[in-house]
Amino acid sequence: MQAWLAKWCMVLSLFTVLLHAAVWNAPYPVEEIRGNTLFSAFSSPPKHLDPVRSYNANEWMFLGQIYEPPLQYNYLKKPYALEPLTLTQMPQVIYLDDNESVVDVKSPAVKFTLYRFRFRDDLAYQNHPAFVKNPDGSLRYGNLTEKALKTIRSLNDFPKQGSRRVTAADYAYAVKRMAVRQYHSPILDTMMQYIVRLRDFSKRVTREAKRRFANGEPLDLRKFEVPGVKVVDDRTLEIRIYGKYPQFLYWMAMNFFAPIPWEADLFYQQKGLRQKNISLDTQPVGSGAYYLAENSPNRRIRLVRNPHFHLERYPGLTVQEANTSGVSKQLLRDSGKRLPFIDEAVYSLEKESIPLWNKFLQGYYDASGISSEAFNQAVQIGSGGSMGLSNMMKQKGIRMVSSVEPSIFYMAFNMADPVVGGYTEKQKKLRQAISIAQDQEEYISIFLNERGVPAQGPIPPGIFGYEEGKKGTNPVVYNWVRGKRVRKSLDVAKKLMAEAGYPGGISEKTGKRLKLYYDTTATGPDDRALMDWRRKQFAKLGIELVIRATDYNRFQEKVRKGKVQLFSWGWNADYPDPENFLFLLYGKNATVDTDGAGINSANYKNPAFDRLFQQMQTMSNSPERLAVIEKMLKIVREDAPWVWGFYPKSLALVHGWFHNVVPNAMANNTLKYKRIDPVQRYEKQQVWNRPVIWPLLMLAVTLLMLVWGVRAAYRRRQSRAIRKESV
Amino acid sequence: MLAYIIKRILYAIPILIGVNLITFMLFFMVNTPDDMARAQLGAKQTTPAMIAAWKAEKGYDKPLFYNTEASGIQKVTDTLFVNESLKLFMFDFGLSDANRNIAEDIKARMGPSLAIALPTFLIALVTNISLALLLVLFRGSVLDMSAMIVAVMIMSVSGLFYIIAGQVLFSKLWHWVPISGYESGWAGVKFVLLPVAIGVFAGLGSGVRWYRSIFLEQINQDYVRTARAKGLSEIAVLFRHVLPNGMLPILTGVVVIIPSLFMGSLIMESFFGIPGLGSYTIDAINAQDFAIVKAMVFLGSVLYIVGLILTDISYTLFDPRVTL
Repeated sequence: MQAWLAKWCMVLSLFTVLLHAAVWNAPYPVEEIRGNTLFSAFSSPPKHLDPVRSYNANEWMFLGQIYEPPLQYNYLKKPYALEPLTLTQMPQVIYLDDNESVVDVKSPAVKFTLYRFRFRDDLAYQNHPAFVKNPDGSLRYGNLTEKALKTIRSLNDFPKQGSRRVTAADYAYAVKRMAVRQYHSPILDTMMQYIVRLRDFSKRVTREAKRRFANGEPLDLRKFEVPGVKVVDDRTLEIRIYGKYPQFLYWMAMNFFAPIPWEADLFYQQKGLRQKNISLDTQPVGSGAYYLAENSPNRRIRLVRNPHFHLERYPGLTVQEANTSGVSKQLLRDSGKRLPFIDEAVYSLEKESIPLWNKFLQGYYDASGISSEAFNQAVQIGSGGSMGLSNMMKQKGIRMVSSVEPSIFYMAFNMADPVVGGYTEKQKKLRQAISIAQDQEEYISIFLNERGVPAQGPIPPGIFGYEEGKKGTNPVVYNWVRGKRVRKSLDVAKKLMAEAGYPGGISEKTGKRLKLYYDTTATGPDDRALMDWRRKQFAKLGIELVIRATDYNRFQEKVRKGKVQLFSWGWNADYPDPENFLFLLYGKNATVDTDGAGINSANYKNPAFDRLFQQMQTMSNSPERLAVIEKMLKIVREDAPWVWGFYPKSLALVHGWFHNVVPNAMANNTLKYKRIDPVQRYEKQQVWNRPVIWPLLMLAVTLLMLVWGVRAAYRRRQSRAIRKESV
Repeated sequence: MLAYIIKRILYAIPILIGVNLITFMLFFMVNTPDDMARAQLGAKQTTPAMIAAWKAEKGYDKPLFYNTEASGIQKVTDTLFVNESLKLFMFDFGLSDANRNIAEDIKARMGPSLAIALPTFLIALVTNISLALLLVLFRGSVLDMSAMIVAVMIMSVSGLFYIIAGQVLFSKLWHWVPISGYESGWAGVKFVLLPVAIGVFAGLGSGVRWYRSIFLEQINQDYVRTARAKGLSEIAVLFRHVLPNGMLPILTGVVVIIPSLFMGSLIMESFFGIPGLGSYTIDAINAQDFAIVKAMVFLGSVLYIVGLILTDISYTLFDPRVTL
């Protein structure tokens, strides 16, 4: 009996030790965890990975690693700076007059700007079946039969893969694709205004596409030429635009202008492949540091290092540049080393914040944002409002990376509205009073966990034209007191209300309380607190705020038609130029005048502002340009078409083994700079995720006892029944 | 039986047309094709030309139900409703508004949904019936009454609570299973353990109470007394007599839901990162992707009708008195 017991004790001990030895909750195979692999998450599946179509940050986080437009943003430098990515140098810019003669940049005779791009000679595409060719030069997989298609479920099912050099013609091909209406490029209408005769080309090629697609024929764009885009030779491309538009170079850092190989375009036009969800919209073909190895948008996206990626090194900065950019020495340790550092990146779909956060804490994600639920666990707010990591995070070796985004969220007045709009002194004063009463500091504290900076105007930090200190303070809403911004008192706002004809919120004309309407899509129960807060801000001035909650479609429609009084909106920078923010208030962009296409949703129109905007638009960053911007800001602050809400602050947490993480809101191709230490990660995961065994044993014992108890009760019951029957 | 099945399938056609009509009306009451274009194009500045091109490509430039510009029968046939409905009846779901093949997506997502739904369904069925029989065995005892109180308590708590509590307890604190994720094949077992366990537990209260009430109705019947009089043990009485006779009402509730297991569970799949069909329809509604919405509503209706037919057929297997 003793021997039997000893044997069972040994087995049980061994079982317990074995249970303890390994980690059970790892969501990835061990070899992946131990490999040079980054683990991250995405919250919504990317819908479009076609570079001419995609215009979404969720998609660009993948596309940026795969495609290479001519330019990129320096990873480390602040303010944001463009640099060549696939070019040997920054594009040559030539100004031409009507006669095609070269003129000076400042010449009023400038009619065209010519951008000359000289590409590197070591650019090559990832491996892809579209590049495999027959001896006669035709595509080997360009005309797949029904039989061949039966065996194909993904690109990996093609027995052969190939690659080829990237040429200037591929960049021209991308512009041609952009012009085809059927490809739905979101920037086509913008580019038509600039690239010479792109509008005519688009009409022609769209007609051709319609005809061909209706007949089931492929559209080969090599046969077409855009007059404003010229392939000089294999490595040189020229793009000609109307007039001067310095911001054009920023577009050259976006995926819309990444090269498209004609082979891939024709390959993906095969109907059989499209029916299997294999298209340029799902399987990109690029020359970037990574290629898309797996695209399961509902589950996982996997990027793998491109073996043909050209030579690129981690950037370096001078001491002065590092100081200006706020870059630490640690971030410069890899300067000069060849990119990329990481071999593979696995992104998993995480729709809910709780699993994502817990997996990050367990070490299964290398970085994470901070949801509002996890905020108190992760962040400690000091008495002065400073943010720091909680002790728990520090003990885990987690770091916090924060930055103010080049974005703005604001509350707009519809300037076409007879009550809150208009440009008379009284109307201005009403808006100014409301602007003072909206306590943005309180809003940021209550609803954003201090993740925001009260806005002083339309231009956020990091963008030329944004100024700190007294100079950058909005004097309509704030006073500058002892080196600090202090919101003006409610008395000032009430005085302005009286001057506007609404003393105590009562209209002098009608004798009735001023009632304003705020349109919003915030219809959920969680939004109630926010709407109560909004009402309270207006009630401070005696104004009754009526919330008109509606669905997003109706809300958009109301804004487009100018059937709103007040509404909240936001804007993320496309490129780091003040023009990209100030055009939100440019009169010609007024939404009501442009059938909803304009982005000036407040319908603000001030001729003085518009004149200055036109002047500023084509200037390069200089003290003169800053002076013009200051004048523009003075005008809009006075007119107050928006309540200047806040510039959002992003916070991210990264584990100790994750290096070179720099917030750069403009750059999309940042994966290649990042580095991980997989050994440290694996060790930490083993320590943090050791399974807790005792509940399992207790559960087993409880179940056994229950079974035993039920069995005994049944036996008792049976014997009692028998006894009863026998009696 | 074949004639009955054919008759039921023919009955299904007007039902499916009606469901499709309602889907069309409800969807387009809330979303205009212009709204859909804006949502799909996702551009910061959506111009009328962009909207027109998108509508033309998707066929949303056609009238919904009546084409005044067409002639003859085409006034009715050259419409969005007829074009799209006809394709559905041939199970051609076409492309989503984001240009993905809907049939391929459904095929890819069905597996993961079933990986959760099928084991949950089967384990829950066996567990609930077994526990209900056990309680019937000990009816009126402290065990029975305590179990009923626990069952009501389980029913009273939201399913979301079990998911979050399960994730915290089994994944976060005890590190037994991954908190979320999915793999196909055997590697996926550790990912489905917790959602299945939670699914079974969450349904335990209502399931046990329902089955118990069914079996209690049977336990006092004459045939049970006869079985006991023959000297059969209580276990034998329950499993050989009570269970088969209680199967008819059980089948009514159970068989009808079998086909809809393919459709997955929205909350469970969202929280556990299961790439199933659960969120497919909701995501499509949020994205204003009408092509997916109509396909999923149609598929859901078909599966429900199949479930009802299967229920009728299953009656004949358990009750020889029923003929079709």
